[in-house]
Amino acid sequence: MSDVVEKTLTALPSLLSLDSQPGSAKLSSNSKLGNLIRGITELTSKHEEEKLIQRELLLIKEQVSSPNTTMRQMKELMVRAIYCEMLGYGVSFSYIHAIKLAQQGNVLEKRVGYLAVSLFLNESHELLLLLVNTVLKDLQSTNLIEVCMALTVVSQMFPKDMIPAILPLVEEKLNHPKEIIRRKAVLALYKFYLIAPNQVQHIHNKFRKALCDKDPGVMSASLHIYLQLIQENPEGYKDLAPSFVTILKQVVGGKLPMDFNYHSVPAPWLQIHLLRILSFLGKNDQSTSEIMYEILDESLRRAEMNHNITYAILYECVKCIYTIHPKSDLLEKAAKCIGNFVLSPKINLKYLGLKALTYVVQQDPKLALQHQMTIIECLDHPDLIIKRETLELLFRITNDQNVTVIVEKMLDFLRISEDDHTTIDLVGKVAELAEKYAPDNEWFIDTMNTVFSLGGDLLQPDIPNSFLKLLSEGFDSVEEDKKLRLFAVNSYISLLQRDASKLPQRFLQVICWVLGEYSHLREDLEPDVIVRLLAKLLDMKSSSSETKCWVLMAMTKLCPGGAALALVHNVSETYSSSLDTMLRQRAQELEILSQDSELQAKVLPRSASMEPVEVDSSLSFLDGFVSEALAAGAAPYKPPHQRQEELSRSKALNLEPYGLSLPISMSSCSITDRQSPTLLSISSGLSGDSTDFSHKGSSTVLKLDGVKRLWGRDGYLAQKEPTEEAPRIEAASPVRSADQLGNNNSQTPTPTPTPECDQEKQQLASSLFVGLASQSSICLMGKSDQPSQRFRRKTKASGSSEQITNPLVFPSDGSDNLLYKNLLDSPDLDGSPPEQTPGLDAPNGACDAEEESTDADMKEIKTPPIRDEHVTAEASPHHDPDRSKDPSLTSHLPAELSALPHSKTTTLFSKQNLDVSACHVQKEDSVVLVVFISNCSDSFLQQIRLQVDSEELEVSCVSDSPSEELKSHSVAVCQYFLTVKRPSVHFDLSATVSWQPPAGSPLTTQFSYRLPLTAFIRALRLSTEEYGAKWLAFSHDTKQNLTLIQGGRDPLAATLDVLKRKLQLHVVEVIGVEAIVACCLQQDQPCLMHCRMHAGMLAVWLRSPVPDLPDCLLYCCQRALQEL
Amino acid sequence: MIKAILIFNNHGKPRLIRFYQYFSEDMQQQIIRETFHLVSKRDDNVCNFLEGSDYKLIYRHYATLYFVFCVDSSESELGILDLIQVFVETLDKCFENVCELDLIFHMDKVHYILQEVVMGGMVLETNMNEIVAQVEVQNRMEKSEGGLSAAPARAVSAVKNMNLPEIPRNINIGDINIKVPSLSPF
Repeated sequence: MSDVVEKTLTALPSLLSLDSQPGSAKLSSNSKLGNLIRGITELTSKHEEEKLIQRELLLIKEQVSSPNTTMRQMKELMVRAIYCEMLGYGVSFSYIHAIKLAQQGNVLEKRVGYLAVSLFLNESHELLLLLVNTVLKDLQSTNLIEVCMALTVVSQMFPKDMIPAILPLVEEKLNHPKEIIRRKAVLALYKFYLIAPNQVQHIHNKFRKALCDKDPGVMSASLHIYLQLIQENPEGYKDLAPSFVTILKQVVGGKLPMDFNYHSVPAPWLQIHLLRILSFLGKNDQSTSEIMYEILDESLRRAEMNHNITYAILYECVKCIYTIHPKSDLLEKAAKCIGNFVLSPKINLKYLGLKALTYVVQQDPKLALQHQMTIIECLDHPDLIIKRETLELLFRITNDQNVTVIVEKMLDFLRISEDDHTTIDLVGKVAELAEKYAPDNEWFIDTMNTVFSLGGDLLQPDIPNSFLKLLSEGFDSVEEDKKLRLFAVNSYISLLQRDASKLPQRFLQVICWVLGEYSHLREDLEPDVIVRLLAKLLDMKSSSSETKCWVLMAMTKLCPGGAALALVHNVSETYSSSLDTMLRQRAQELEILSQDSELQAKVLPRSASMEPVEVDSSLSFLDGFVSEALAAGAAPYKPPHQRQEELSRSKALNLEPYGLSLPISMSSCSITDRQSPTLLSISSGLSGDSTDFSHKGSSTVLKLDGVKRLWGRDGYLAQKEPTEEAPRIEAASPVRSADQLGNNNSQTPTPTPTPECDQEKQQLASSLFVGLASQSSICLMGKSDQPSQRFRRKTKASGSSEQITNPLVFPSDGSDNLLYKNLLDSPDLDGSPPEQTPGLDAPNGACDAEEESTDADMKEIKTPPIRDEHVTAEASPHHDPDRSKDPSLTSHLPAELSALPHSKTTTLFSKQNLDVSACHVQKEDSVVLVVFISNCSDSFLQQIRLQVDSEELEVSCVSDSPSEELKSHSVAVCQYFLTVKRPSVHFDLSATVSWQPPAGSPLTTQFSYRLPLTAFIRALRLSTEEYGAKWLAFSHDTKQNLTLIQGGRDPLAATLDVLKRKLQLHVVEVIGVEAIVACCLQQDQPCLMHCRMHAGMLAVWLRSPVPDLPDCLLYCCQRALQEL
Repeated sequence: MIKAILIFNNHGKPRLIRFYQYFSEDMQQQIIRETFHLVSKRDDNVCNFLEGSDYKLIYRHYATLYFVFCVDSSESELGILDLIQVFVETLDKCFENVCELDLIFHMDKVHYILQEVVMGGMVLETNMNEIVAQVEVQNRMEKSEGGLSAAPARAVSAVKNMNLPEIPRNINIGDINIKVPSLSPF
């Protein structure tokens, strides 16, 4: 009896609380939750709160697990549990009850249950599986609220594996008569797409249907999906661009019902979404961009500056205009708009204005000039966020003239910044600028010292790495190298002589390395002095054991004689018993090498730090060991993917979808796997030189994701945006000097405070914005790369060395360039511009003489006079303008190549009267890429420049550059030698061509060209004995079953025949059902193949000393056999 | 996408926490603490945005409460700023002069309102009337449920099966005229 009474009493408050009206907080304060909250607010200490909540939790725990608790009470208990959870107390005991409540309660209780579940659990929580059935049931419910709840919880979190179970039901909801259900279903499907894209692949059409839904709400929900899809793959959705434009047109035009208005702006969030989508679609795509110009213009016009939200639309508009293919009058309007943002007294708008400026300043540095006074004011803004954004902007406009001022500003900010993220980011930027634009050694070393001490141990490891790499590799002049190193040594010695205990560990490590490596440059200084300084570091409490390792390594390199030897001995003794194994090893090395100076000189030769250490990544030195082990009966090594394959084959069911069996990622996985042992062996080896660093750098993961890298080693990393290539709005402006900039200031409508202060700012402005205008004019001359960079790295790839030599060939200054161009224009020089090679001209001549044999071409090369004739013939009136588009471009092939097999000539792009086509020619020992640039206009094209690059290929230019200019209807031919850096199934070449049409600004276009691996494969003629010897020596292998070509009498022979024909493999010998085949990649990289017919399949086993080559070749074989 | 929505008072006491991306319990509390630390030391006359490595914090400060939205780069700063305003105005409408106490004692209701604004990290609805209408439908259900607890089962099931009323704006669908022109065939 008393039991019943008690239950009623406990149920009472919750009953009362149910009646609570919205807004009647006080009424429900007598509920249990109310009591709890009041209890908490009365407390004063965190400790008391904890005690109270623990007590409360015990109470809740007891009640939820009691079988007598009704669902209604449970609901009340859950709310309390949610509250405790929010305060950070674990309530895991109630998770299962939350699920139960969602399962068994009535609609209201269910709602609390679902809410609790969605707050407590996460996608991968195992209890979530128990919810699947409930969701399934509720999705089928006739009660719309239940359906809504189910969809909401599904979009918050749902186990990935269970998506197929409810997918059909959610899909079905897309046709639901109620728009709110359709809308939620769309978002739920979007969520599915995010967590498991392949599972919703089949319903992309339904997304389209949602986009055309009669309810604008559903349509706007579907934009979430499209924004994501288009961001990932803009190419696939170009056809929707007109639809999005039409939707935006209707929205902007006020065709939506009034209740979509927000502060009398029609559906602003919808507009923002659409503008974002349009900018993705229009990026790099002129024709798509053209569709949207009109609506963008209208949006700009309609968005009157009256409310916050219109600014949001304007901002998106501006960003879109600068992202898509440029249109000058829109750009002008957008620039004005940015001005309004920047000058706005509202701080949020100023912030966005700065962001927009940062975004566009690369294309339009003059815009920054216009607002320079505002920018200066923002630099002193009390809000750090604004300041930070301003620095970001300044970072983008840094050049070698203003670098010192800008870096100083950045370092000032770093000194007051407390935010780790900002520090890391800014420190990286300063280091980049310093490396790129340093005016002199002293400044560079000083700046880097500040970077190291301010960055502390937050510093990204690549900064010290690249700094040391720069020191060790040096740049072009030996004398300069020495000066820089000497300066660094001096600066570090003086730092160590002061109090070194405050310096961050990373900095100390850098100091140790530099002193160990270069202190011998200070001839007046005994190594003893340095060793003593270093020994002081060992005694410091703050030194980490890693730093100590570096100290010991430096000591080993210094290897002093005389007085300090005792000290060294002492040190090595102390640390040879250290618990840290690395430290112990270094100490041992120090001990041994300090006693044997001959050995030391051999192990650590002083001059050798310049040369990179060759690393045998194929581990061929282990081959003997491997073959011994094999002979002794060990199982042959199988690469991981093969093992996995075999494992999955042994499983009963293969759940993975079948695909081409060798995606490239697999081979890359095997390559890292194979390299790792070598990496280990290097870093444990006794070498403190440059390769050590580079490997360390690569082994530690650089957290660069999210940080936008704009500047690379060789300068600004060109963003692949159309705006980059944008024709400048204004024609070439005269180079403005710093003084003229000052005059410019008066145009800016910023309020000027006091004259003196103003003057100061003006001064700052002129030092900050110096060189900007001239920089832009350089750009106008089509000069994309910066003329001078002080610390330019020595580059090993010959492809990029061409870049360096470019400024030597072409005068680097913009004004000089003008002169030069005029020179070229003069008729006298027309026939033979200085840098044109015969190889280039001959094909030019051949343009008109297609019927001429290759012999004639050969003659042309040898006899320049004939060439001149052809040049004049070229200008003859009856030249057919369409001729240059003639597919017989191959007739332009240089004579020495025309007899060799070459691929089909493909047109890479054709625009603005310039066609670029290419083919590759397979020479015996190499592959030559031939690019044809044909001018099909009636006018001169000037300053044609072509640059070809590839990640997997080494590209070296045969003829050092295409001709600077191209006469009308003529063709220039450029050749590039291609060598494989690392094997891949396809090699992608990316190329940039820039040119200047006679009237107008320079244009740049990027395009790519793809070569198959087979272009590089040649037959390798071997005897069976040689084959046998090589087979054992090769370490990288792969095995796979291929399909045999059926039909003929001898399937093996037929298959081999195909491989031989398509891949140029050499069949060494065929014995019964087995065959051995050989080929090589570029002469020196052999690959052997062993084939055996087995159970209707061809079991192939490939071996090569080159990692990845077997995998890639296997893929080619597969393709060759499939394509039949 | 919106990654998290945090509401806390001037002392950093959380009033509503909603994460749309999974973080462990401890991490969540740390995020709340750090966000409060970042936001609370900013004056009222500075900008409402804070930027991290791959997220942005957009916040508004109302009397005793901070409303902080943590979003990724795909969201518009000013758009979210106004979304906060919409959310707060909606709360004001639902609670009639909303104050911190309403948020404390009706945490669950605030969550339901939020669910109608943001769903799974995506903005679902920005129209205040629409949000209020949805919430009211649910509230009506609540009242009838509460009163009907003792009613015969038949009546209860009748209420349960009650459908949402037709939302008024659906009526003028004919005039909306959002014509999406010839999409490729489905």
